[in-house]
Amino acid sequence: MSGKAYIREMPKTTWWLSHSRYRRYVAREVTCIPIGIYTAVLIWGLMRLSQGAAAWEGFIEALNSPLSILFHLVAFVFAVVHTISWFNVTPSAMRVQIGEDFAPGAVIIGAHYTGWVVVSLIVLFMAGV
Amino acid sequence: MEKIQIDIAIVGAGGAGLRAAIALAESDPNLRIALLSKVYPMRSHTCAAEGGAAGVIKGDDSLDLHFSDTVGGGDWLCDQDAVEYFINEAPKELTQLEHWGCPWSREPDGSVAVRPFGGMKIKRTWFAADKSGFHILHTLFQTSLQYPSIRRFDEFYTTDLLVEDGRCQGCTAIEMSTGLMYQFQAKSVIVCTGGAGRIFSFTTNGAIKTGDGMALAFRAGVALKDMEFVQYHPTGLPGTGILLTEGCRGEGGILVNKHGYRYLQDYGMGPEPPLGEPVLKTMELGPRDRLCQAFWHEQRKGNTVSTQWGDCVHLDLRHLGEKKINERLPFVRDLSISYVGKDPVHDLIPIRPVVHYMMGGIHTDINAATTMPGLYAAGECACVSINGANRLGSNSLTELLVFGKRAALNAIEYISSGGKDVDDAAVTKLANEAQGRITTLFQKSNGTETISGLRKEMTDTMEQGAGIYRTEESLKETCNKLNELRSRFSAVELNDKSNVFNTDLFSALELGAMLDVAETVAVGALERKESRGSHQRLDHTQRDDNNYLKHTVAYHDKTDPPRIDYLDVVITKSKPGVRDYSGDKK
Amino acid sequence: MSERQVEVEILRYDPETDQAPKLQSYSVPCQEEWVVLDAITYIKDHIDTTVSFRWSCHMAVCGSCGMMVNGEPALSCKSFLRDYPDKIRIEPLAHFPIVRDLVVQLDDFMEKLNRVKPYIIPKEKKSVSDGQHKQSPAQLKAFKQYTLCINCTLCYAACPQYGLVPDFIGPAAMALAHRYNLDSRDGGREQRQEVVATDEGVWECSFVGACSEVCPKQVDPAGAIQQMKIASTVDWYKEHLMPWSKP
Repeated sequence: MSGKAYIREMPKTTWWLSHSRYRRYVAREVTCIPIGIYTAVLIWGLMRLSQGAAAWEGFIEALNSPLSILFHLVAFVFAVVHTISWFNVTPSAMRVQIGEDFAPGAVIIGAHYTGWVVVSLIVLFMAGV
Repeated sequence: MEKIQIDIAIVGAGGAGLRAAIALAESDPNLRIALLSKVYPMRSHTCAAEGGAAGVIKGDDSLDLHFSDTVGGGDWLCDQDAVEYFINEAPKELTQLEHWGCPWSREPDGSVAVRPFGGMKIKRTWFAADKSGFHILHTLFQTSLQYPSIRRFDEFYTTDLLVEDGRCQGCTAIEMSTGLMYQFQAKSVIVCTGGAGRIFSFTTNGAIKTGDGMALAFRAGVALKDMEFVQYHPTGLPGTGILLTEGCRGEGGILVNKHGYRYLQDYGMGPEPPLGEPVLKTMELGPRDRLCQAFWHEQRKGNTVSTQWGDCVHLDLRHLGEKKINERLPFVRDLSISYVGKDPVHDLIPIRPVVHYMMGGIHTDINAATTMPGLYAAGECACVSINGANRLGSNSLTELLVFGKRAALNAIEYISSGGKDVDDAAVTKLANEAQGRITTLFQKSNGTETISGLRKEMTDTMEQGAGIYRTEESLKETCNKLNELRSRFSAVELNDKSNVFNTDLFSALELGAMLDVAETVAVGALERKESRGSHQRLDHTQRDDNNYLKHTVAYHDKTDPPRIDYLDVVITKSKPGVRDYSGDKK
Repeated sequence: MSERQVEVEILRYDPETDQAPKLQSYSVPCQEEWVVLDAITYIKDHIDTTVSFRWSCHMAVCGSCGMMVNGEPALSCKSFLRDYPDKIRIEPLAHFPIVRDLVVQLDDFMEKLNRVKPYIIPKEKKSVSDGQHKQSPAQLKAFKQYTLCINCTLCYAACPQYGLVPDFIGPAAMALAHRYNLDSRDGGREQRQEVVATDEGVWECSFVGACSEVCPKQVDPAGAIQQMKIASTVDWYKEHLMPWSKP
């Protein structure tokens, strides 16, 4: 083949700015960062719990700061956005064929939401709410 | 010039070419095979076939019925020995495709489903929804990938056959991405380049269907046979010429004129059955030639609907319902909504006859062999002939399988019989001459003609003079025009002087091929003073078995129009009779 | 029929004369019902015969005429002018090397297609004389969607992952692997897994989903790849947690 074909390099760091589709994708991926931080906080809390009552209370104290509350709110919103964006794509990733037809997307998405609610209720129940 | 030495070269990588290549590779893994095509295999026009492929498989069907539907449909111009071979092989080939993964539509019990097509006494068309050709092509292409001995040369445009000592010993081809010419030295060549619908202005055929392979063989001295028989398809979308499959009518669609009247009953194809209860081989399930002729008469009577794209009639699928349309005709729905803004579920679809298929082609015998030793042809570019004067819908997809394979097996037999070595020196000289012709075309200056201008004049004169109905006068005019265009073609100059993917050059080569092929159509039609199948003469309205139960063969002449001769039709068991599409109720 | 003047900009490149591609503008008198391809063929026939591009069927099934139309991968034969403003920019499909003008190099795609073994590797040997396989409409439907790929490569032009990591096998080829894996006649999944369940295969996909958005045939390659990820993950757990379950 001809050796002089022209290659258009993709800018390695800014490529995602070029199209709204890519920006949406990056936004979806970014939402996992606060979730990751939240998980780290949770693990830190567990560690404090293992270190005795005083350590645990210090941890609870820290959670009460306005900055911490703000962070948790942000993390919660991002977690919801992240969850919804993933639930929305589950029908193509998890096809369920019943007889000849595939279960409608709404059913599969609905099943995920149902599972989410059920798990949340169990957690809340265990937490004694 | 690079020299590639192989055993067998296949020119064209559509359905027939791929089937041939697989047959070669399966027969002998040591065979050196070159598969050349001016496009990637999956772009070949086989992909645009929609309705399906005919083959006897169901208990209520019989080979005899397939035989009589084919021969009667072809107005007795078919070679009956070839038809017999074809219908016998058809079910095997379709089953073979099933084994290779073709997603044929299925009955609830898991067996392959069949649908009715026009001109069939019993339904026997295997189908993959309404993308049968697409699935056949992709199944063949993907299957071919497992054979390392099939060496593909994608986007290589074949310019000449190399004929030395009366034998075909290869071909020359230009690698489109570099402009370099290659010499393919082969003991045998199989031409599978498809049809030439692009010689007309209004056609279902894609841009690539320019009759290149027909012209290759023709110029090498092999005759083109029965070229005057050009099939119009009754249901093309106006404007674009996009095909809506005969499966539309097979599934129960009807044709109505501007009064909402099923006009086919006025043309010997009635009586009209109730809506939703189609009767095979009558009305909308009549043969393509008759349906197109009926349209022509309706147009003359003022019964057509005038649209922004010209006169149309309507295809009505609404009574099939959304579910059936989505399941059986999803592509038709998509095409109709996109290209004419009509949803078949709710709307009438405007349609009109459109050039679809060439019954004629490179003259081959039942072995897919041409009269030139070493040269074989299969598929639409060939004329075996099983299609006669009018092809039965859904025979062509099966044909490319049956005769693609046949060509391959016979080519192997030919080369293994010894003494088929390529004369390197002589063939190289020929290749250099071919290269010289391209260079001359490439370097020519002071040209006065444009490719698109000549092409338009050609397609216009074909449409006007050699369409559904023809007369001596219209044909003479077209023949004169084509002869003139052929001489004006030498004044074409290329604007594009790049060696890289020079589509200007390939358009010019394609135009040259089309002009040669078009002339065989027009001259053949002028000389055939009768009406048979798709060839209808207003000045000779009857079939004339005494004088024209014969194949037309056209031979190339460098400057003059093609020389016409005739060959006998092979008739084994079906004497010419009346084509009756009025059902059993007389 | 109404006519409309459309400014069509085409990215031109001829390796014999150009260092880099550049846009060239044409003013084209267009019919209202035209598609973008019609405007380009008009240019070729009436304004500038040196423009190079691929096309054939004009009915969205041969897959030849994929281009970037206003930055979006599309089949130009099914991109209606009525959906575009009076200025249209046409470029060769993104992420592929440009051979000439709108013609891109497909060698890499063809090689990848080949690598996933997109053909039936029979579960059991069967000759033609044994007749056809039984395949229920439900079994057919399980993979039918993934047979609809026309190899137009719009998905590769849309996929940023392919643009960034050229070794990625990419959407269309993997959807085809999935198509054969799901076919009731096929027994070749294990062979395909060697290619597909790898870093260059499914695990390179980060589920941007662009491939499925631009697919003109609704094949949904992104879905196919996610399904293969799930199946590969299940394989892994089975192998490590239940080694006895391996046949």
